[in-house]
Amino acid sequence: MLILTCPYCGVAAEETELAPGGEAHLKRVGPDGDDQQFEAYMFDRKNEKGVHFERWRHAYGCGKWFLAARDTNTLQVYGTYRAQTPHPTDDIVAAIRKVSPDWNPDWTRAE
Amino acid sequence: MTYTAPFRLPQGGRLIDRAFQIPFRFDGRHLRGLEGDTLASAMLANGQMLMGRSFKYHRPRGPIASGAEEPNALFGLGQGGRFEPNQRATTTTLLPGMVLGSQNCWPSLDADIGAVNNWLSPMFPAGFYYKTFMHPRPFWKHVFEPIIRRSAGLGRAPTDPDPDRYEQAYAFADVVVVGGGIAGLQAAKQAADQGQRVIVLGQSPIWGGRTPVDHKGGAAVVNALVADLERRENVTMRRNTMATGLYDHGYLIAREALADHDPNQGIPRQRLWRIRTQQVVTATGALERPLAFACNDVPGVMLASAVRDFIVNYGVAPGKRIVVVTNNDDAYRTALIAHDSGLEVAAVIDARPTADSELAQAVRAANIPVLTDTGIAKVKGGRHVDGVVLCRQQGDGQQIGTLDCDVVAMSGGWSPVVHLWSHCGGKLLWDEAEAMFRPNPERPPLGADGQGNVTAVGAANGDLRAAGDLERRELPTMPVWVMPQNAPYKLRAKMWLDFQNDVKVSDVQLAAREGYASVEHTKRYTTLGMATDQGKVSNINGLAILSNALSQPIPATGTTTFRPPYTPVTLATIAADARGDAFQPLRKTPMHAWHEAHGASWEPVGHWRRPYCYPQAGEDRDKAVNREILAVRRSVGTLDASTLGKIIVKGPDAGKLLDMLYTNMMSTLPVGKCRYGLMCSENGFLMDDGVVARLSDDTWLCHTTTGGADRIHGHMEDWLQCEWWDWQVYTANLTEQYAQIAVAGPKARELLQRLGGDIDLSQEALPFMTWAEGQIGGIPARIYRISFSGELSYEIAVPAGRGLELWEKLHEAGRDLNITPYGTEAMHVMRAEKGFIMIGDETDGTIIPQDLGLGWAISKKKQDYIGKRAQSRSFMKQRSRWQLVGLESLDKRIIPDGALAVDEGTNANGQRKTQGRVTSSYYSPTLDRPIAMALVRHGPDRMGQELEFPMPSGEVLKGRIVDPVFYDKEGSRLNG
Repeated sequence: MLILTCPYCGVAAEETELAPGGEAHLKRVGPDGDDQQFEAYMFDRKNEKGVHFERWRHAYGCGKWFLAARDTNTLQVYGTYRAQTPHPTDDIVAAIRKVSPDWNPDWTRAE
Repeated sequence: MTYTAPFRLPQGGRLIDRAFQIPFRFDGRHLRGLEGDTLASAMLANGQMLMGRSFKYHRPRGPIASGAEEPNALFGLGQGGRFEPNQRATTTTLLPGMVLGSQNCWPSLDADIGAVNNWLSPMFPAGFYYKTFMHPRPFWKHVFEPIIRRSAGLGRAPTDPDPDRYEQAYAFADVVVVGGGIAGLQAAKQAADQGQRVIVLGQSPIWGGRTPVDHKGGAAVVNALVADLERRENVTMRRNTMATGLYDHGYLIAREALADHDPNQGIPRQRLWRIRTQQVVTATGALERPLAFACNDVPGVMLASAVRDFIVNYGVAPGKRIVVVTNNDDAYRTALIAHDSGLEVAAVIDARPTADSELAQAVRAANIPVLTDTGIAKVKGGRHVDGVVLCRQQGDGQQIGTLDCDVVAMSGGWSPVVHLWSHCGGKLLWDEAEAMFRPNPERPPLGADGQGNVTAVGAANGDLRAAGDLERRELPTMPVWVMPQNAPYKLRAKMWLDFQNDVKVSDVQLAAREGYASVEHTKRYTTLGMATDQGKVSNINGLAILSNALSQPIPATGTTTFRPPYTPVTLATIAADARGDAFQPLRKTPMHAWHEAHGASWEPVGHWRRPYCYPQAGEDRDKAVNREILAVRRSVGTLDASTLGKIIVKGPDAGKLLDMLYTNMMSTLPVGKCRYGLMCSENGFLMDDGVVARLSDDTWLCHTTTGGADRIHGHMEDWLQCEWWDWQVYTANLTEQYAQIAVAGPKARELLQRLGGDIDLSQEALPFMTWAEGQIGGIPARIYRISFSGELSYEIAVPAGRGLELWEKLHEAGRDLNITPYGTEAMHVMRAEKGFIMIGDETDGTIIPQDLGLGWAISKKKQDYIGKRAQSRSFMKQRSRWQLVGLESLDKRIIPDGALAVDEGTNANGQRKTQGRVTSSYYSPTLDRPIAMALVRHGPDRMGQELEFPMPSGEVLKGRIVDPVFYDKEGSRLNG
């Protein structure tokens, strides 16, 4: 059972206080998108074994959605940050690189 | 006169109190043990070595171990609601009056018919199930499945409710030390010295682990450590507490036995600890491995450590003449202890070429023969060991001698208990010198900060000489996976690896020959390690055999995954207080007590209870529902609609947000008006519906379905916070702030006018789909002119605290109008008569509004809304999608909800093709005939056509496709 710190209220919350929301930094495809773009937005998920950015809601706390950067394999948490952040912050990237120097950001989905 | 059981030694037994005899019953026989005994020691003291039958071959079995790893000595314990199957005799403390029953045998443990499987064992090789129960296919239902079901599972499930109380508790610590042996106690002292908050968990009732048994002076060292720790404020010691699983970020689950099998203490039986800790120290010790020699499962063949445990701890002799067989020095302790207790030790059989450690020299000095490069070719005896046949370990099993004995104490070396370490990602490395897997200190499980949060110490870390100064020097263990080394098939087919599930060396080798190279596949194919003991004594031996068969080193094979729990946890402990009324919270509306007092028959809706109907004397539910419907249609009725979700959406951009959330336009709704709205998921599917009212220029009130309030509020917040976070909108879920009452029927207006107030309820002032605010009957209220019944209808929202008052005033004022409270079922039938859809009936997560004829509620003007892009996909626009129609039964019988309409032809599985299904189906008292709604391929284009619905009984019901609005199609009633 994970512990994630809500970046809004500062509570280090047990997983049972949180509701998961799947992969973070998806870019919405609206009525103008073609079938391929929409399919990618709706269904293509990275399912990483390793560094993963994901959405959580502090459902039984302050109610805010936030984002977490975490390693799905080692369970290390690189940090949590506000949901209104277009892509992971520099300190998150630095924290990931400290463990995996070869890791490269992939913001293609967030741009 | 003091009774002494036949196998109780005259002295010794550090855990028993000879002054207190404890009577118990085993398979109807009356036996006596002593205070401090386990079930296993008490049975052995009485000469009862036969304690069970193996699962597959029903072979007679005695205990092989003295602790949690025991695979054989399992009993059904207790009676009635307190009966529990598969209780380990080696870890269950004997209590007065205990009732034990043997398992997996019929008619009795001694004469078990199932033992015929033993003679048929050549017919049941590894993978027997997969090979046998394949063909012919029709045999499955009537032959194979009943046989498998009857023989599946070990032990019986209890049939009565468990009368005992269980509880859960939370704890927080800097360090949790798992293991009460010398390594754990020392680690706890070290952490406590540094000022950390320490919790020490010990699985048994006594501290010290193996040290007091294995080392002279061990008990004194342990006692001093325990006394020191117990004095400290920052240390909590918990005995009888088994840490069963370690999960993410230092979350540890442990089961504490408080009053196990002793209901008279008046305290909870067990407690589940949920512990959050910064660090875990696993001091979980090691488990001794059996040796694989022929007939190593005959009762009387035991682990060497268990033999000395029974002698030292309980003063019990497992037998009178003991043979020790080993590949290491540790087992020599058993020879010495048995000898010192006055038992005869026939010999120590050592597979190693030489044995001249201090322990071996001490054994020789006691005139016990030590036979090196020797092994056991075969154990003689059926239900009890009679002797052993000796051979060269390096040979093929040729007899070089025999020894008479009644106990064989075997030791194949030790395996660290690495379960907790491994549960959460800790990796192992293969220690060639000691022939064991141990924790890899470079690869511990990680905490949230990326630092290791588990440390293994003592034997659990592979340090088998953890008792420090108390230890004597030992020589290395020699890996012996098969005894003798070149044993022929005949012997290998009698060498047990997994005692409980009857998996032998030959089975694992067969699996390897048949291509099972992965240890995980071999486990499932042979069932090795899949019994209630989860292979604690068998796994390492099994994967060593597999590695040899695959000609690869053991680390290349690896271990199977270690999964919690380490030992079984009863479901009652996991549930604890969450049972009965406390299972989940019950939500009640302000009028709940009134409904109860008026005989409501309840329907659970989410966590709510809603009245399904209000049966009167002599009425069943159907009759009550029909009466309620006719009362509403003819005069007036009231429905408690308080459970409907009520969400306020407010702010300068509120209209913009609602235009995205709903398929239709909400921003253009004038203040004072209501609009029915549909909400879809981003994937296009209909997820909720309800009436939206515009309260003011910047405020809307969104009604949701009863079950949907929290989910829809979460959905709104998700989009608001994560996608359109720069829009200025607030949402608030006010569901419980208001009581809401639907007043429906032709007399609804007349009734409300009787209550008095300042709201003009006339058709002109308050037409359909408008709302007004004021007071009614002296209560501040908002009145919505909306209708789910198809009648003239007002929904009145008042502050929750005044809901009951309004409800009672309505019933008081409407007595002469035959005012009738109606429940959810009357509501459902009336909405179906009107052809209104119900979320969850007509929708199932694959239905778009267009399927339900709700295209009118989808804005064509809007650029975008959630679900719009998804609904433009080609398969969403296909005319052949199943679409909503009404159904008329051709013979006045109700076509059941969920019935499938068949089509011509069959699919690839030989089943009839389908072209539709019934989504709602009721008897309509208004029309006095059955009505139904259905989703049918090309439905709206097929009015008047007939469909066939075959029933499981074989008969076929028929229905005609009609318009889904059965009642008041022009809407004159609700507009009245």
